[in-house]
Amino acid sequence: MGKLIVRRLLDLGGVLLGVSVLVFLMIRLIPGDAAQVMLGASGDASESQVEQLRQQLGLNDPLPVQYYHWISAMARGDFGVSIWTGKPVLEDIAERIGVTAELTILSLLLAVLLSIPAGVLMAYFRGGASDFVLRVVTITGVTMPGFWLGALLIFGWAIWFPNWQTLGSVPPFTEQPWAHLQRMFLPTLTCALPVIASLARIMRSAMIDALSQDYIRTARSKGLNEWTVTFKHALRNSLIPYVTALGIMAGYLFSGAIVVEQVFAIPGLGRLMLGAIADRNYPLIQTSILVVTCSFVVINAIIDLLYRVIDKRAGASV
Amino acid sequence: MGTRLWRVLAHAFAHNPVLMLAAALVVVQVLASVFAPLIAPYDPVAQAVESRLAAPSAEFWLGTDKLGRDVLSRILHGYQSSLGIAFSAVLAALLFGGTLGIWAGFKGGWVDRVIMRLADVLFAFPIILLAIGVIAILGTNATSTVIAIAVVYAPIFARLMRGPTLVLRSADYVHAARSFGSGDLRIVVWHIMPNLASVILVQASLSLSTAILLEASLSFLGIGSQPPAPSLGRMLSEGRDYIFIAPWACIFSGFAILLASLGFNLLGDGLRDRLDPRLRGID
Repeated sequence: MGKLIVRRLLDLGGVLLGVSVLVFLMIRLIPGDAAQVMLGASGDASESQVEQLRQQLGLNDPLPVQYYHWISAMARGDFGVSIWTGKPVLEDIAERIGVTAELTILSLLLAVLLSIPAGVLMAYFRGGASDFVLRVVTITGVTMPGFWLGALLIFGWAIWFPNWQTLGSVPPFTEQPWAHLQRMFLPTLTCALPVIASLARIMRSAMIDALSQDYIRTARSKGLNEWTVTFKHALRNSLIPYVTALGIMAGYLFSGAIVVEQVFAIPGLGRLMLGAIADRNYPLIQTSILVVTCSFVVINAIIDLLYRVIDKRAGASV
Repeated sequence: MGTRLWRVLAHAFAHNPVLMLAAALVVVQVLASVFAPLIAPYDPVAQAVESRLAAPSAEFWLGTDKLGRDVLSRILHGYQSSLGIAFSAVLAALLFGGTLGIWAGFKGGWVDRVIMRLADVLFAFPIILLAIGVIAILGTNATSTVIAIAVVYAPIFARLMRGPTLVLRSADYVHAARSFGSGDLRIVVWHIMPNLASVILVQASLSLSTAILLEASLSFLGIGSQPPAPSLGRMLSEGRDYIFIAPWACIFSGFAILLASLGFNLLGDGLRDRLDPRLRGID
């Protein structure tokens, strides 16, 4: 187990290094002079302003030196400043990331809560015409564009529940918990639906696979009732592929949240980044991508490791 | 090998209702996108102020938008741009990622390690952030959308091609071919690639389905292809502003995105069941 942890940590370090190099190269890959491009958005910039920005970003040094300065600055907690306001970008991000993270986590919870029973039921009622219907329904769920579903929900809710606030600012949970959750309900549902459909499909296949194993036959022949066989024996073993898929789904949910935020006019990270693209505020985009991606990598690694420590069978198959 | 794949496919399509539905959706939509300029009843960018926000009628089957543009004509042209971008991006990802994957699997050693670690790093990014990063570098236009989507999908094809290549390179018939003096390129093209055809077919179809959604998301966010080119994602985004007065623009453009993505997903999913021996009997 110790050896496994060391190897996982080395892998983790490698991926984080790779991510940081790619994100670092981002500004340097801009065709032409990055400083010129950034200032171009504001109209005519003088040569001295361009040179000043180039100095500020350290673009005149050789690449490895630039990378070293960039990384060591971040290690000191300096993630750069917004070009236009001079405000530390980390402050901007910290202000906005909360609601995006909340949307991602709420949708993940909803998806887990609904997809496990849905998958088990689908496995139970497999075969024949229901397979065709279920397949078309779940794949429709998977391919449902979130921004469309969101728009339709806003439209429908306005007709059926005219008093329900679906757009505009999100009241803070600490002050108006009920209004807050009510406001987050539709965005959460919109984000979660495609993931519920794909997780339910994964659960279904894993369940069918588990139910066809020898130990299930043994359990049945021992006279255990169908409930115990399904939920204690089959379900536990189907959770291995399911949990593996959860990590990937968290990334999808986050991507979906960026889009769904726009539909429901939620001022989260998505809105911040889109504004940054329009303003060519590269340090902001760079830091957002770096912070979020590294968080995902680290969280996934922790979950993966915990799961392997808990489940001997998954640990054995490394 | 090639003829056998065709026979399996022909049999699968004739006997599987899901695949038949998928094929019908894909064929109709691809034809509609290719022949959009011929079958669209109106010019997709022609504005007609007098018929703004007209409801669906015999004259405008799917209604008009806020500038009086025919929604049906815009959807047909939107298909052309959405499917065109998704096809180009998946093809680029397949050629670039697939080649690197085959190279990694065939060579092994440090070539393999470098390529696959790079794929791992790209996999670590949430897709939307990877796409946003590429678009931030290259600017907002159709070409950078293609490149952004290709960057997202290239590592998937690299991983997919590497595995089977790794197994096949030590197959008996590959050793036999080598002993007859076949070079690396010949072995890859004649003895390895034909075996990857079915895997490529399945993954390309599934990737097209999600690439269509990603393209629509990017143009919905305003960082995809730019006006006046018709785009399904942007139509939906514009239609949202007047959804309570004229819901049709938003509803029909979103439905078009769903159908396009759904067709390729059902196709890939059905083909996977038929062509992937590991999955037979599970579904």
